[in-house]
Order: sequence, then C-alpha cells, then structure tokens
Amino acid sequence: MGDSEATLAVHEPGLKHHFDDSAQQFQSSTLGMWVFLVTELMFFGGMFGGYTVYRNMYPDAFASTSHFMNVPIGAINTGVLIFSSFTMVMAVRSAQLGQKKVLIAFLIFTLLLGCLFLTLKYVEYHEKWVDHHIPGPGFQYADTRYFHQAQILFFLYFAMTGMHAIHMIVGVGMLIVLISMAARNRFTQAWYTPVEMIGLYWHFVDIVWIFLFPLLYLIGHTK
Amino acid sequence: MSTYLPFARTEARTNYLNADYGWKSWLFTTDHKRIALLYLFSITAFFFVGGAFAVGMRVNLLTPEGIFAHDTYNKLFTMHGIIMVFFFLVPSIPATLGNFLVPLMIGARDLAFPRINLLSWYLYMIGGAIALTAIVKGGVDTGWTFYAPFSSTYSNTHVILTAIGVFVSGFSSILTGLNFIVTIHTMRAPGMTWGRLPLFVWGHYATSLIQVLGTPVIAITLVLLGLERVLHAGIFDPAVGGDPVLFQHLFWFYSHPAVYIMILPGMAVISEIIPCFSRKALFGYTFVAISSIAIAVLGFLVWGHHLFVAGQSMYASMVFSLLSFLVAIPSAIKVFNWTATMYKGSISYETPMLYAFGFIGLFTIGGLTGLFLATLAIDVHVTDTYFVIAHFHYIMVGGMVMAYLGGIHFWFPKISGRMYPEGWARFAALIVFVGFNLTFFPQFILGYQGMPRRYAHYPPEFQVLNVMSTAGASILAVGYLLPIIYLGWAWRKGPKAPQNPWNAKGLEWEQSPTPPPTYNFETQPVVTEPAYNYSGESEEVGIG
Repeated sequence: MGDSEATLAVHEPGLKHHFDDSAQQFQSSTLGMWVFLVTELMFFGGMFGGYTVYRNMYPDAFASTSHFMNVPIGAINTGVLIFSSFTMVMAVRSAQLGQKKVLIAFLIFTLLLGCLFLTLKYVEYHEKWVDHHIPGPGFQYADTRYFHQAQILFFLYFAMTGMHAIHMIVGVGMLIVLISMAARNRFTQAWYTPVEMIGLYWHFVDIVWIFLFPLLYLIGHTK
Repeated sequence: MSTYLPFARTEARTNYLNADYGWKSWLFTTDHKRIALLYLFSITAFFFVGGAFAVGMRVNLLTPEGIFAHDTYNKLFTMHGIIMVFFFLVPSIPATLGNFLVPLMIGARDLAFPRINLLSWYLYMIGGAIALTAIVKGGVDTGWTFYAPFSSTYSNTHVILTAIGVFVSGFSSILTGLNFIVTIHTMRAPGMTWGRLPLFVWGHYATSLIQVLGTPVIAITLVLLGLERVLHAGIFDPAVGGDPVLFQHLFWFYSHPAVYIMILPGMAVISEIIPCFSRKALFGYTFVAISSIAIAVLGFLVWGHHLFVAGQSMYASMVFSLLSFLVAIPSAIKVFNWTATMYKGSISYETPMLYAFGFIGLFTIGGLTGLFLATLAIDVHVTDTYFVIAHFHYIMVGGMVMAYLGGIHFWFPKISGRMYPEGWARFAALIVFVGFNLTFFPQFILGYQGMPRRYAHYPPEFQVLNVMSTAGASILAVGYLLPIIYLGWAWRKGPKAPQNPWNAKGLEWEQSPTPPPTYNFETQPVVTEPAYNYSGESEEVGIG
C-alpha cells in the first residue's frame, strides 16, 4: 500500500496513513467525537442523577436555595452561550466554504463569548464566597432549618457548574489552537475536521448549561 | 475466512518487532501491536502486585488468629481488589489481545486513533503510578468499593490519592473502548460485514459499549467522593441529610457493568479458541454475537442486586432480582453454543483448548452461583460472606484469567513469531485449574456456613477449609509463575512459528504474516466467506 498512500497523502491533506481515504477518516473522527460526547453525557449524568435524588428528598430546601442564585447573571450567561453556539456554527460554515478570514473572525468571536461566560461565572462564584455559600467548614445559610440540605445543594451547584466551567476552559483552549491552526492555513475546504469536531464539543457544553440554568437557578421561582 | 493469496515468506522480513529498535520506538509508538505489548508487560506487573496482596491475605487466614493487625489486613484486601479490578482485569484482554487483534481481525492497518491509543496507555501508567504511590505511602482501607461515609469521612488512609489513580486509569479504559467502537464501525476490510466479524470482535464491541457508557459514571462518583472528603458538605453522610445509598447506586451503576467488562472479552477469546480446536464453525454464530450485546445491555439494568441489604426499596429489589436472572439467558446461550460447537468436532487438546475447557466449567459454576445471589432470600443469607468471594472469583479468575492465559497461548505465535513449549504449557494449565479450584471451592462452603468476608480473624471451626484454600493459592501461584518463565524463554529461544500454526481461520492468521508487519497486511485483505469456515474449502486455505 505504501506508494499509493504516499500519493494520496499529497492530494488529501490531513489524511493519516491507516485510513483508505478522507471520507473514511472523516467518518471515524465524527463517530469518535459523538462517542466521546456520549461519555461526557454519562459523566454529567451521574451528577444530574444525584441532583434528582436530593431534589426529590428536599424539594423545599432546594427551592429556597434558588433564591440565592444570581438569576440575571445566569440568564445573561445563557444568552451568551446560545449566541456563542451560533458563532461556532458560522465558523464551521466558513471553514466549509474555505473563507479563512471569516473563519478566524468567528472563532475569535466564539472565544470572546466563552471568556465572557467564564468572567461572569467568576463574579458569581465570588458572590458565593462573600455570602459564605461555599460548602465546607465556613458554610452559612440564612434559613437554619435548611442548613444541611442547602449545603448539599450548593455542593451540587459547585460540582455541576464547576465541571461545566472546566469544560468551558478546555473549549477556550481548543479554540485558541483552532485559531492558530487557521492562521497557519492548515484548513482547506477538503479538510477542516478539527473545526467541525470542536464545534460539536462546544455545542455539547452549551447544552449542558441549558439544563443547569433552570434546574439550579429557576427551580424555586414558580410563582 | 477469505480468498487466500499465498506469498513467499522471506526469513529477513520486516515485522512490527524488528522494524525499529530502541526505547523511543516503543514509548512513542502508535502501532497498536506495540501498544498492546506495552500494556501486556505493565498489566502483568500489576497482576503480580495484586497477587502479592492476595498472598498476604491467604497467609493471614492460615490460622484463626491471623498474623497481621486488623488495619493491615483491611489494607491488604482493599489494595488486592483495587489493583486487580482497575489495573488488571478491566484492561487485561481488551488492552492487550484486543488492541493487538481487533485491527488484524477486521483487516485494518491500525486502530482509528493510534495516538489516542498510546495516550490511553500513558493514562493507565499514570493512574497506576498514582495508585502505587498511595500504596507505598501506607495504602487505603476502604475496600475496593470505596463505600461512603467510611471512605468520605472516617477512613484516615490515602483515599483521595487512590481515587485519583482509579479516575485517571478510567479514562484509559474509556479511550480504548472509544477507539474500538469507531474502528469496528469504520475500518472493516472490503467484505467484512457485521455478520462475518469474528466473535472476538463482537465481544470487544460489547465490552467497549460498557466502557464508554459506564466508566464516566464511576469517574464522576469518585470526583464527588473526593470533594466530599475535602469539604465534608455531607452529600454521602447520613448524619447531615446525605444519602450513602446514593453512593452505592452510583458506584454499582458502573461497577456491575464493569463485571461484564471483566468477562465479555474472556468469552470473546473462548469463541475463537473452541472452533479452531474443534475444527468446526461456531454453532449459532448470530446468537453468540447478539448474546454479547444482550449481556452489555442487561448489565446496565442489574446494579441494584448489590443493594439488597442496603435499605433499597423492596420493590426495586424484586425488579433488580428478576433482571439479574435474565442475564443468565445470554450467558447460557454462549455456554450451550460452545458445547454444541465441540459436539462431533475433531477436538484436539492444545493448551488454549485446555484453558477453554477450564473456562467453560468454571464460568458455569460462577454463573450458576450468581443465580443464588440474585435470589433475594438466599442473598440475605450469604451477603458479604465468602460465598460471594468464591462466586466472583470463579467468574473473574476462573473465567477471565483462564481465558486471558488461553488467549495469550493461542496468539503467542502471532505476537512473538515463536512457538511456546506445549508440554510445559499443558502442565501449567493443569496446575492453574487444580490450584484455582482448591483455592476457591472451599470458600463456597465457608461462605454458606457463614464466614464473613473482610475479617482478619475467624472462628477455629473454619480453619480446615481455610488451610485448603491457602494451599490451593500456593499451587495457583506456581501455575501463574510457570507461563512467565517458559513464555519468556520461548520469546527468545522458541522454535520459529509458521504463519498459521493452528491452521486457524481468520484474517489475522490467514492473510497477515507472523509476526505482522507494521501495517498488518502486505496486500489489502478481502473477505469472501463467513467466520469460522472450518468445513467447506478449508484445505485450499492452508498456510503458505
């Protein structure tokens, strides 16, 4: 196979030696990314499962904690992420069309939105710190009836949003890699697989937040 | 398995072993065969570390008073379990034989993501190093199950470090599974349809599904456990409103399916060995293939049978009990079909076949005693006794380790290009079988009589059976050391293997040279016949 592969490699940028052609490689990458996202789903699923159990056990305590969540910031962040999904889609589309400058512009736009989300998240975490809402020895809660239950909720809040934020940070890092690759003309209309794959990842992380926001922030605001 | 294109064997042919030398060519390799060997050597090392802890336990149980302090004994069984489960059994067959053979069997040049494959080995090693660090620093005493709130609040051993080690190595397992799934979907050779896949590949596909779906859940569970241990927010602590049973649910949601990670690849190996040494196509191919998937799916629905005495709702327990019984159906299909394959076959008794015989018998005993444990009333009697220990060792050691050794012997010529000494190998297989049964059969009786697991001391009336068990363990140890010696010798000095020493079917034997070249095949393999076509035109499909 050696010779024919070498020829193929010249014509098809990014094709690895062990694939027959770009179509097979792209199919593998896409399936691999989806399988990875399934593992991510199960990863977050464990925490959503825990959330469900405790929300079922302590509905009143959970409703009470949601009044200490910063709903405006959460809502703005939801908007930021939905908009960043749009800019990510546009980045993938520009890659498909081979428009390098537009691609870079949309990637940078997505990156900035990701950073905006993380900044707002930091502001929120800082508020929680000031209010002694970080679970652990320093934890305080105004409604003493719910002290322990509220601490469990805040534990879940930090575990879930913290894990989400870590995924955002990884996403931001990968966007930087993509921008640098795009600037070095690594992508062509025939091969832009990394943009597509990181696009999928970015949408997944957004969707997790779409579930986190109502479950953690809005659950007690029913009236 | 396909039209066979004979090609001349030249003695100085380049293969994956002699293509390059030097440590860099191994530590930075992306060749699935070399990564399989890296895994082979590392998991063998972990096997003997885990085995050393078992020796400690068996020596302690020689006498009712024991020789170790209670705390030391708690650490011994914990570290035996953690090392054996997470660092030996889970990666054992998939990461070594699976890594080596899945691309060869489907006619691919490598796994879909070779660098991710290498990354998975590094993650395994990093996780292993962290776990070993925890052991050297004094170990951990929670049991391999890390049950809260003991692990989250009370234990004063290295829980977090161990959990980090297991967490990291979990990602190596996920990446292996992901790689297999994608490879099997997208990289099959022309003519290699799903209905022609060797059952080894089907078994690994089912295993990979579990690795991908289950492992992330134990990962997040360990993260929550670690956070709880630092913050003491009470998420698993009943004293402040937390739910320790939630931890058990999350833990077993992975760890019960993980039991099938530890047996499906073994079944996959047996499904290859039996047709070869019976010279017959495997009976009921479709049923055996689908039964692997059925085990994987059902495996996710039965975790609650670990919680029968944990305060779980009675109705939940009844459903979990029923579902656990259902697992017996696909398992029995496999056993019956292997047996039916041998019926009227031309059976020969090479070492891999001896291990396959051992596997069928021991797995059947392990599986049937599993039904005892799925029965609510009996489980209450034998929960946390040696009956449970004996049951799962019949599956994991009697089943998986036998299959692993059988597979290592079966594909040793393919991997090393040399033949192993048949006489020694048969002798070792016999020793393993005798030693295993002497070790673990008395434990069924001990458990039924009420000896609880995880205690350093026991009443004197249990001593005879415990001495038998320890004697068996020493025989078993010899059985495990022997292959290390003669396979190590054969690797360097054994007679050169022909391309297909067993006259076996399958792309890896028929169309890939022995040992395989770096990209596995010299010409693009094309598949034109079903798997295990041992009847029919097998004479024309001889070795080159």
